[in-house]
Amino acid sequence: MDLTVLLVKGLIILVIFAITLGIAAYSTYAERKVAAFLQDRIGPNRAGPWGLMQPLADAGKMFFKEDFIPAQASKWLFILGPCLAMLTALMSSAVIPFGDTIKFDNYAIPVQAIEINIGVLYIFGVVSLGVYGIMVGGWASNNKFSLLGAIRAASQNISYEIALGLSLIAILMMSGSLSLKAIIDEQATFFEWNIFTQPLGFVIFLTCAFAECNRTPFDLPECETELVGGYHTEYSSMKLGFYLFAEYINMFVSSAFISALYFGGFHYPFMNEISQALEKSLGAITGHNVATAIGVVGYFGKIFFFIFFFMWVRWTLPRFRYDQLMNLGWKTFIPLAILNVVLTGAGLLYNFKYATWLIAIVMIVLAVSTMTRTPKREVMPQRTV
Amino acid sequence: MTTIIMTETLNFFKTLTPTGYLFLFLTALTLFSAIGVVTARNPIYSVLALIATFFCLSGHYILLNAQFLAAVNIIVYAGAIMVLFLFTIMFLNLRKEDEESKTNLTKMVSVVVGGLLMIMLITIFRAKSAQVPMVNSASFSNKTGLVENLGQLLYSDYILPFELASILFIVAMVGAVMLGKREAGDRHF
Repeated sequence: MDLTVLLVKGLIILVIFAITLGIAAYSTYAERKVAAFLQDRIGPNRAGPWGLMQPLADAGKMFFKEDFIPAQASKWLFILGPCLAMLTALMSSAVIPFGDTIKFDNYAIPVQAIEINIGVLYIFGVVSLGVYGIMVGGWASNNKFSLLGAIRAASQNISYEIALGLSLIAILMMSGSLSLKAIIDEQATFFEWNIFTQPLGFVIFLTCAFAECNRTPFDLPECETELVGGYHTEYSSMKLGFYLFAEYINMFVSSAFISALYFGGFHYPFMNEISQALEKSLGAITGHNVATAIGVVGYFGKIFFFIFFFMWVRWTLPRFRYDQLMNLGWKTFIPLAILNVVLTGAGLLYNFKYATWLIAIVMIVLAVSTMTRTPKREVMPQRTV
Repeated sequence: MTTIIMTETLNFFKTLTPTGYLFLFLTALTLFSAIGVVTARNPIYSVLALIATFFCLSGHYILLNAQFLAAVNIIVYAGAIMVLFLFTIMFLNLRKEDEESKTNLTKMVSVVVGGLLMIMLITIFRAKSAQVPMVNSASFSNKTGLVENLGQLLYSDYILPFELASILFIVAMVGAVMLGKREAGDRHF
């Protein structure tokens, strides 16, 4: 390994780390702006132009608040909880390939912190560890509401991890590799994007990602109406900030993961034509780098769309009840995901990639037929006084 | 006498590669957290120490170039089974801690049983027939532990044990469902 290659690699790792933190910080701002937009308000607009300094102001406020540890709490675990949440959230963006390669001289360096041939499993492992931060913090608070929130988080995460993993297996069967880079390269042409070959898997994966991130409509661990503040009832100051921040980092990582798995990552339509034209006009190396940059920008566009989608859903759907959540996970998603795996396998036997559309079509037909068969309620005109 | 031991240990440390140092460090950490599992008074600390032990074991797998095994170890043991453990212990811990089950008799019995197990393991590992052959670095392929090779082996040479293990899991799952199922007249929690 050459020193320059090592330097560029280190730079990429640092930049990915910084970008993850920056995006998470501005997600808090975006969340409030999106909420304001959906509720016909203005939202934060005091700190800086259009309120752009709001994340900084929030962080400053968090740091200067009283840092409180309850007397009966287990002190070290109380501190360990938010640290674990933050650590596991930050670890997962390491294996995501944000772009193709950067070329200089004779080197081609992938825009990715580390390339391991089990990238998907790595992310899956880190995600499954994410619940420890919540559990440890909730238990250490020595508070019944915190404990109940922590236990809800644990059971919810375990339940939805199964469906998440099963919907992922269908993709692994199609690409035959556990490396994220290989999965992205599999989706080189537009109609081979996994969203077209795995529509059902995508829906299951997206919903499970919501549940894994504890986002509304699955944010039962912090359900205010039942549990005061949930697992972070006793937390204040930057420890609370870490928990909230970890949630936004998780949101960013799962958006990146969803776009990598189902929306072709850094691929975009007519990519080959564009990169060839660029290489012809700007020279092989510069053209390639510009093409890579376009891919990275496209990838971030997809990621931002999914972050927006997370927020859109949060301010649109109400929270599920806990039994509804469990029924949805165990009785709907797991059987559907298994069916998805079986049909994908059957399709791959005959070299047909779009086999799972069968389930999707059957489900749509069933839904439409039940909709038409249910008697229509009469529209009651609103009475005016 | 002590100087000889000192120089020998020093020489031993000089011969180590960075991987060797990493191995020693990881091993010390593993033993430390494994001892923590049995000595911790609070069951929650015990479980957390056990999770740390699993992490150290995964580190050992990575040192052996078995990335897949390391990742699966973390997903299955640290990520799923230990979460369930913690989950159960948190519920049990809502009541008062009971120290009464640890009488002198149980302590003695557990020491005897544990000592027997240790002697058995040591004799097994020291037996001539169980000795692992030395690695021939010329014919050794460093891709042995990677997922592709593991999959090839599992689905060709070891297909029968692999499938039998899956049947075992199905049986365990059905058993768990049977145990957890409510009968018609049972109390509704």
